[in-house]
Amino acid sequence: MTGQRVEMRHGGGGRSMRTLIEEVFARGFADMPFDGIGLGAMDDGAAIRVGDRWLVLTTDSHVIHPVFFPGGDIGRLSVSGTCNDLAMMGATEGIALTCAMIIEEGFPLGELERIQHSMVEACREAGATIVTGDTKVMGRGEIDGIVINTSGIAFASAPIRDSGLRVGDKLIVTGTMGDHGLAVMAARHNLEIDGGELLSDVAPLTTMIRAALSAGNGSIVAMKDPTRGGLASSLGEMASKAGVGIVVYERTIPVSAAARAAGEMIGIDPLQVANEGKAVIGVRAEAAGAVLAALRAHPLGKDAAIIGDAVAERPGSVILDTGYGRRLLVESDGEPLPRIC
Amino acid sequence: MPDRLGEAREVKFRDPELAGELGRTLVSLVDDIDRAPITLMHVCGSHEQAIAKYGLRATFPKALDVIMGPGCPVCVTDAPEVDEGVWLARQGINVATFGDMLRVPGTRHSLADAQSEGGKVHVVYSAAQVVSMARKDPSQEYVFYATGFETTAVATAAVLLSDPPPNFSVLSAHKYVPPAMEVVAQNPASRVEGFLAAGHAATITGYGLFEPMAEKYGIPIVVAGFEPLDILAGLVELVRLVRDKSPRVFNAYPRCVSREGNQPALRMMWQVFQTSSGVWRGIADIPDGNLRMRPEFECFDARKKFSIDASVYASEADLALVKDCICGGIMSGLASPPDCTLFRNRCDPQHPVGACMVSSEGTCKIWYEYGGRPDLSEAGRT
Repeated sequence: MTGQRVEMRHGGGGRSMRTLIEEVFARGFADMPFDGIGLGAMDDGAAIRVGDRWLVLTTDSHVIHPVFFPGGDIGRLSVSGTCNDLAMMGATEGIALTCAMIIEEGFPLGELERIQHSMVEACREAGATIVTGDTKVMGRGEIDGIVINTSGIAFASAPIRDSGLRVGDKLIVTGTMGDHGLAVMAARHNLEIDGGELLSDVAPLTTMIRAALSAGNGSIVAMKDPTRGGLASSLGEMASKAGVGIVVYERTIPVSAAARAAGEMIGIDPLQVANEGKAVIGVRAEAAGAVLAALRAHPLGKDAAIIGDAVAERPGSVILDTGYGRRLLVESDGEPLPRIC
Repeated sequence: MPDRLGEAREVKFRDPELAGELGRTLVSLVDDIDRAPITLMHVCGSHEQAIAKYGLRATFPKALDVIMGPGCPVCVTDAPEVDEGVWLARQGINVATFGDMLRVPGTRHSLADAQSEGGKVHVVYSAAQVVSMARKDPSQEYVFYATGFETTAVATAAVLLSDPPPNFSVLSAHKYVPPAMEVVAQNPASRVEGFLAAGHAATITGYGLFEPMAEKYGIPIVVAGFEPLDILAGLVELVRLVRDKSPRVFNAYPRCVSREGNQPALRMMWQVFQTSSGVWRGIADIPDGNLRMRPEFECFDARKKFSIDASVYASEADLALVKDCICGGIMSGLASPPDCTLFRNRCDPQHPVGACMVSSEGTCKIWYEYGGRPDLSEAGRT
């Protein structure tokens, strides 16, 4: 690490963050005896066996600028993020959340109420509730606005790992890619975008995933929510953990006209930025049609599409077929930066 | 309306079927020549971005070697130039620059490092944005760390000519492309047989600028745009000129580029900037390759205004390291990354020495990550 200091890229969800977790945080914990899926798995959450079911546990801290963004706010984000991490491990039943708020002195109470209202709304959509919490206030300038941490538990009949792909499996995305990341960047930089309104997709996926799991009937073998690092990062992790290659076809990957326009304008690939209301699902080929139909029947999954396959060649790599040619889809390390050249 | 325009553009310049046809033409031309490798160089980061983004390299004939020349202005920004920006940020001065400049390493620190130490480093999209930041906050100094070729240099010049506030200044790391192409062309060992020149820089300079070079060095030059079809059509034309041993300039981007260029823009650029010699990272000392501000604009020249002294960061050890870098040879198609003693050893993507390791599309970076140019054509098709 340059100068032995934490840099912004260490929080970007890419390689640098994984290195930080593996070399600093997970030391000593990854090998401790634990009957279930623990830190060593580096999955979306942990899973603990309880009788014949699994209790899934996850936690996530949320910071975002601006706090209110097109399509959502930090409240909706903090509930959706944790519900989605639970859902990605197959845990959609009996969701209970905790909420810890760290607030800067001077933060408008009215805004806090708007945030709380969004949290209630998002919990209703997910069938979740907040059962306990914590409040801290810090002096002006000691923290930037507000930080919200939510932790969650929920039950899964069998936990879905992000490592379960086998050669021949199909990959599905549940909707358009890159909307959240690009909407927030556009808001941050006051960009005017052609091609329609660019809104964050932030939403809890719980009910849609429950429907997909039921339609898949055991055939869904891997799931991830492509948040930081976007689709590129999620596919890369799924490929390397499963030891398979992945080929995806760019023309089948849904991207909204507005996200495409924003991406071209600032030189950022919609496949490399965050989504907060989408999932990537690996499914056995014979069940792909049924899972796709179940997703499309849900309002959050109307744009769902089969985008590619798990293959035997180039294990650990993701190949993007552009229609013109092919390239490796690599995850960006840290926050993607707008480029000029 | 903008949507319809967007659709038209997609249809005209992003048609995979037409691309397929151009690809086949390219293969038959290369077969005509019947030797390998045929080495062509593009000198533009945007060309490499488009080639990479659309996966075009996977469709090029094996005998055709399209190499990335010194075409990414950020990557060729030399460490001591980065140091100047770092020095400013460490004095508490606001430094604003393009996003891809942030991680480019200086001798010891990048602007991203300066930012994580608490320096006021901002990411912007244009010089004009920095002017409005400066106007809003008149008690603070704002420096635009200016990188880019002719196209962005004109934009910087335009801002300097429209009466910016006194708390605004420019640290120019702008580069001027034609002299760098000449350095490659006149290298007797160079295997480059043709240049694909950057369309957007040529909209400013005009393609006429390349004619004396084509004649002097007997090398064909094709000006091309940035859509996949533009690039493929440009390469088809360039390979045809190589086959016909016809060292002339061809404008494959006539919808934007003229022979004489944009004269008012050129006048603005030369009113503000003059060329000076300087090192392009890992390549060479390029005579007239840098654009520096003329004395008349001294009051907006951050180098003069703040008496920047970044020599404190230089060290013998780092200088020795740079001497071993063979980026110039790699970019000229004379060497490949494993030939370099620094590769994977003291030079990697987190601590790059030369330009080829900085850019995500740089030859060394690609070799580092994938062990050479990967062949992706067969995966999933068996």
